[in-house]
Amino acid sequence: MPNNSKGMYNKNLVIAGIVIFVILAAFPFWFNVGRSAPAPEIILTEKAIAAEDCVRDKEYMTLEHMQLLDVWRDAVVRDGKRIYVNPKGVEFNMSLSNTCLDCHSNKEEFCDRCHDYTSVSPYCWDCHIDNPQGD
Amino acid sequence: MKSSRRNFLKIAGIAALGVGAKPVFDTFAAVGGHGPTEPAPIFKSSEEALTANHWAMVVDTRKIRSERDVAPLFRACHQVHNVPDMPLKRHEIKWIWAESFHHAFPDLHSELISDKIARTPFPVLCNHCENPPCVRVCPTKATFKRESDGIVVMDYHRCIGCRFCLAACPYGARSFNFFNPDDYIKEVNLKFAKRTKGVVEKCNFCEERLAEGIIPACVEVSNGILTFGDLRDSRSSVRKLIAENFTIRRKVHLGTSPAVYYIV
Repeated sequence: MPNNSKGMYNKNLVIAGIVIFVILAAFPFWFNVGRSAPAPEIILTEKAIAAEDCVRDKEYMTLEHMQLLDVWRDAVVRDGKRIYVNPKGVEFNMSLSNTCLDCHSNKEEFCDRCHDYTSVSPYCWDCHIDNPQGD
Repeated sequence: MKSSRRNFLKIAGIAALGVGAKPVFDTFAAVGGHGPTEPAPIFKSSEEALTANHWAMVVDTRKIRSERDVAPLFRACHQVHNVPDMPLKRHEIKWIWAESFHHAFPDLHSELISDKIARTPFPVLCNHCENPPCVRVCPTKATFKRESDGIVVMDYHRCIGCRFCLAACPYGARSFNFFNPDDYIKEVNLKFAKRTKGVVEKCNFCEERLAEGIIPACVEVSNGILTFGDLRDSRSSVRKLIAENFTIRRKVHLGTSPAVYYIV
């Protein structure tokens, strides 16, 4: 067994290569250590604060607003039903512009902050006007 | 006993399966297990909404003397629906516009017709056909005929811009957004959505106004040129006009059965 003492060919090069590879592959992790972006702060308009309740409770809206909007879209466009009665029995006009963004008329501070943070870019506003009051 | 080891293994196997299955059942039980406490939301139409079995329109062209009588209809519609005013004719977006008799009714046109008819601008729009070819060709069902009231509706979210419907519609009632229409909308109606580059658009019979109980924008400003009503209701205003006057429709021989009738 003449080669047994060596164990591995080019040991130094291989191990150095593995170390360099691990460092490079882990680049995003060590590069960003200690500077994770803080979760964005959402600003409510005065109208939204005054209204207190959204269409559904806050937790539901935070997690499921995209699902809610998708269901609304189908109900309005495909079925022609425009009124949403929430579990509390309150009625809402199912309209992104005229209901949601009427209260949340500060798209930059309300919608965009979280969307940017989570790196999603919904194209709702290509068509739907973000501030129906124009203020 | 010879079979005791065999039986032991069987029982042990089943028991292991039962223990393993429990977390799976627990997971399934948890899904959909939330929410018996609150009732499901309800979707409904407004009580004020105008309803019909099949909406139709009658255009009384006897009341049209010049372009000035019909221009307000086009303006009203295009303003309400954020229809852009494109600088080039070939990029034009139109929901309702004027055509000569020759162009509106090529199958009825003869070389010699009355001066009055030759001069009259005929308002034309989506015919909301009873048998719409645009609906048949749409690969994504972005265009569909609404069961409830016969309106041929477009779901712009689903439109992929293939333009099959432009080819299928024999009335030229559909326009394609070759450019972002944003820059060409003069006065934006903040209550209504815009469209985006790459989708087709057309007249929606003011479906959004009917839902609120208002008649279509063009009918509202037409001074009696346009009448809107239920084609299936023999006592409706449109049926009355059709019963009392001779009416024509565009390209009936194609079998689309348009719901826009013209009194000439």
